[in-house]
Amino acid sequence: MNEIAFLTPDPDVLARREAIVAGLADLVPTEALVTDPRELVPFETDAFTAYRRVPLAVVLPGTTEEVAAVLAYCAEQGVPVVPRGAGTSLAGGAIPQEDAVVIGVSRMNRILEIDHDNRTCTVQAGVTNLAISDRVAADGFFYAPDPSSQLACTIAGNIGMNSGGAHCLKYGVTTNNLLGAKVVLLDGTIVDLGGKALDAPGLDLLGLLCGSEGQLGIITEATVRLLAKPEGARPVLFGFDSSEVAGACVSEIIGAGIIPVAIEFMDKPAIEICEAFAKAGYPLDVEALLIIEVEGSEAEMDDMLARIIAIARRHGVASIKESQSATEAAQIWKGRKSAFGATGRIADYICMDGTVPLGQLSHVLRETYRIVAGYGLRVANVFHAGDGNMHPLILYDVNDPAEAEKAELAGADILKLCVDAGGCLTGEHGVGIEKRDLMLHQFSETDLNQQMAVRAAFDPGWILNPSKVFPLSFSRQGAS
Amino acid sequence: MVAEARGAGRTLAIAGAGSKAGVGQPVTADAAIASTGLAGIVEYNPEELVVVARAGTPLADIEAALAENGQALMFEPADWSRLLGSNAGQTIGGIAATNMSGPRRILAGAARDALLGVRFVNGRGEAIRNGGRVMKNVTGLDLVKLMAGSWGTLGLITEVAFKVLPRPETEVTLAVDGPGAADAAKLMARAMGTSAEVSGAANLPGPIAGRVLADGRAGRPTTLLRLEGFAVSIAERIGRLTPQLGAGHDIAQLDAAASQRAWAAIRDVAPFADGTETPVWRISAAPMAGHAVAADILGQTEGEAFFDWQGGLVWLRISGEDPQADRVRTSLAAHGGGHALLVRTGEDARARTSVFQPEPAPVAALSEKIRSSIDPDGVFNCGRRPFASVRRAA
Repeated sequence: MNEIAFLTPDPDVLARREAIVAGLADLVPTEALVTDPRELVPFETDAFTAYRRVPLAVVLPGTTEEVAAVLAYCAEQGVPVVPRGAGTSLAGGAIPQEDAVVIGVSRMNRILEIDHDNRTCTVQAGVTNLAISDRVAADGFFYAPDPSSQLACTIAGNIGMNSGGAHCLKYGVTTNNLLGAKVVLLDGTIVDLGGKALDAPGLDLLGLLCGSEGQLGIITEATVRLLAKPEGARPVLFGFDSSEVAGACVSEIIGAGIIPVAIEFMDKPAIEICEAFAKAGYPLDVEALLIIEVEGSEAEMDDMLARIIAIARRHGVASIKESQSATEAAQIWKGRKSAFGATGRIADYICMDGTVPLGQLSHVLRETYRIVAGYGLRVANVFHAGDGNMHPLILYDVNDPAEAEKAELAGADILKLCVDAGGCLTGEHGVGIEKRDLMLHQFSETDLNQQMAVRAAFDPGWILNPSKVFPLSFSRQGAS
Repeated sequence: MVAEARGAGRTLAIAGAGSKAGVGQPVTADAAIASTGLAGIVEYNPEELVVVARAGTPLADIEAALAENGQALMFEPADWSRLLGSNAGQTIGGIAATNMSGPRRILAGAARDALLGVRFVNGRGEAIRNGGRVMKNVTGLDLVKLMAGSWGTLGLITEVAFKVLPRPETEVTLAVDGPGAADAAKLMARAMGTSAEVSGAANLPGPIAGRVLADGRAGRPTTLLRLEGFAVSIAERIGRLTPQLGAGHDIAQLDAAASQRAWAAIRDVAPFADGTETPVWRISAAPMAGHAVAADILGQTEGEAFFDWQGGLVWLRISGEDPQADRVRTSLAAHGGGHALLVRTGEDARARTSVFQPEPAPVAALSEKIRSSIDPDGVFNCGRRPFASVRRAA
C-alpha cells in the first residue's frame, strides 16, 4: 500500500521524554497532563483513522496562560507541538507523532460573552460549533458555518481548517464569520487579533491564521459573528434523468438571481445508499437528485420556490417533492446528512474533498466515474453543488490491500482532475498529511516556497504541527 | 522589472489608477510601477459567480460587465476619489489591495471576503499564485487575505479573482425620523437582529442628512435601513421590520432610485467631499461603540460625524488643520478599541502623523516579519506603514 510517510522521531527528544514530561508537570495542573500509555490512546489519531502514532505526551490546558507556558517551553526544548481541537479532522491534521506534545483545547469550553446588539459571541477555543447556535437560538440568532461534524468539532479546529458546511453558499465559511481571536505565538506571547469591529487594522493576520492548520499559533479564544435566524427554511427534492441536466438547472437558478441557502447534489449510487439507510423518500428511478433549500417567511419561500420550480420544469425535472412540514423537511435532510454513515455500512470508503468551478461540475463528474471504473471500483457522489465542493466516496474493501491502494490512487487522480479543471485539492477538510504530497500539483515550487517563508515568520524551527500541509520531501523541515 | 530593481537596490512605489495615492504616509521610492497596463477581464462565466481580471482593469469595466449579466460585487466598493480631491478612477487591483468595502459590508462581508484568488509579484521578483477561483478552498496558507488590505506593502498584485453574486432585483430604504446617535445605535441593532436581512444601516445627524437626502426630510436626523431582493421579499420584510423599530417614529420609504443615491453618497463619503483638506477619519469600532467614540472626540474638538455599518463605521471630519490623532485614538481605545485611519489630511500632517492605526508591539513585529518574508529587501511602497507599532507611553 502507498503508505503516507511520517518523520523519523527525533531520538534526542525521545531520550529526554521523562525530563520533558517533568517540565510540563511544572506548568500545568496534574489533571491537565496525560502521559499514561492507555490514556494516550484516544490521541493517537483523529478522524483520519488509517494512521496512528502515540504522542510523547498530551496537555489539556485550562487557560490561555497555560497554553502560553506549554508552547514556550516546547519551543525552547525543541519539542514538536500538535494542536488539537476535538480531533475530527478527516485529513489527518491532528495526527500526532512520537516526539510531539499534543496541546488540546477541549477543556477550554466556556462561552465567555454573548453580545446581541453587536451580534457577536466570544468563546473559549474548545467550545463546539453547535454549542454556539444552541446557546443563542432562543434569542433568534445562529452561528452560520455548519460543518457536518458540528456537534463535536471545536471552534479552534474550525478556525484551524477554515471549515465550511452545507449552508456556506449564502453565509460563507469560517473566515467570513470570524471577527477576532486570542492567539498564542510560539514564544508564548499572547496577542489579540481583531475584535468586535468589522474591520481590523494592518495586515490580516486573522485571515492568515484561519485555515493555517495549526502551523502558525494556537487559538485560545474566538469572537464570531452571530446572524439573525431566518423565519423559516424549506428544502425541496428534485429528481433528474441526468447529472448534466441537474447541473444546467443549478446554473440557471443562479443565473436568475436566486441564491438558495443550500444546493446539494447526489448521484444515483448515493441516492440508493442514503435511501436504503434513511428511508427519506428519495426517488430511486432518477440519475441525480438536488436538494435545494430556501429561507424566509412563508410568502418569501413560496415566491422563491415558485421561481425555482418553474426553472426545474423547463429543464424537464423528473420528480419534485416539496416538504409540507418540519418533519418532512427533516426527513429530506436526514438522507443527505447520513450519506457518510450510510456508505460506511455497506463498504469501506475514502472521501475526497476537491473543489471545482461550477461550470466544470458535469465534466469532473463524468471523469470521476471513468477514473474509478478504471481501477475496478465504485463511487458515490454527494456534494455542495452551489459552491463546487465535491465529495466522491470511493468504495473499497479495507481488508484487501490491493483494493485499498487502488482507492488511494483513484482518489489522487480525482483530486488532480479537480485541480486541472481549475479547482483545488481541498475545499473544507484541509491538506493535513492526506493531501500533502499532492500540493505540487496545485502549486509551483515558488508558490510553496513563499507560503513556507510566511510560515517561517511564525515558526522558523518547524515546531508547530510539523509534517503537515507541505510535501515532506520539499519542506524545509523535511530537508533539514 | 522587480527583480532588476531589487538587484540594483532600488525601491518601487506601486500604484493603480492613483485614486487612493493620497492615503498613508507618503511613499518614498526610486521609481513607480503602475498596474494600469495590466488590464482586461481574464475570465468571466456568470453562472460560475466568479470574475477573474488583471489588476489594472478599471473597476468601472468590471462593474459594467457584471451589470450586463445582472451581477455585482456584493461588498459594494467605495470610491474615495472625490473625497480626496482627485478625478482618478479605480482599478480592481486597488480595490483588493485596500480591502475597499461599502455599506453592504455589514451583511455581505468585505472585499477580502469576496477575494478568492490573487497572483502577485513578491519582492524577489517571483510570480506567486495563491487561492483560486472557487468559493471554498483551504489548500495551503491563505495569502489572499494577507494581500487584501496590504496597501501595496507586500507585493504587486497582478491578477485577482472575485466572487460575484446576482444583483438584488430592487431595493427600498426606510428613512426613520429621529433618534440621536446613541438611540439610533440601539434601533439599528434591533433592525439587524431581525430576519429582515437589512443590507445597509446608517445614522445621519441633521445637517448631514440634508446633504445626503434630497427630499423634505433634509435637515432632520435620520436613520436609514436598506432592504434588497425580490419585490415580494422586500414587502414582507418591511412588514416584519417596522414593528421592531419602536413606536413614535415617522418612517418614510425611499424608492429604488432615491435609495441608490443615498447609499452611494454614504459609501463615497460625499458629505465630506468638499474640495478641502480638512482631516477626515474613518473609524472602525464595535457597532454599539461608534456613537460614543464620536461623542467623546466631538466633545473636545470641533467637527462632525456620521455613521455607517450599524454605527460601527464612523466618518469623522475635524474642523481646522490638525488631525488630532492622539485624541482620536485615545477616545477609540477608551471605548473598546478598533481602528482609525486618517483618510484625508494636508501634506504636512500626513508626513507627521500615524495615518494607519498603530498596533501592539508583538503584532507589529510579526507583521514586519511577514512583510520581510515576502519582500525581504523592502522594495515596495517604503514609507507607507500599515503596521507600525504603538509608541510606548513615556
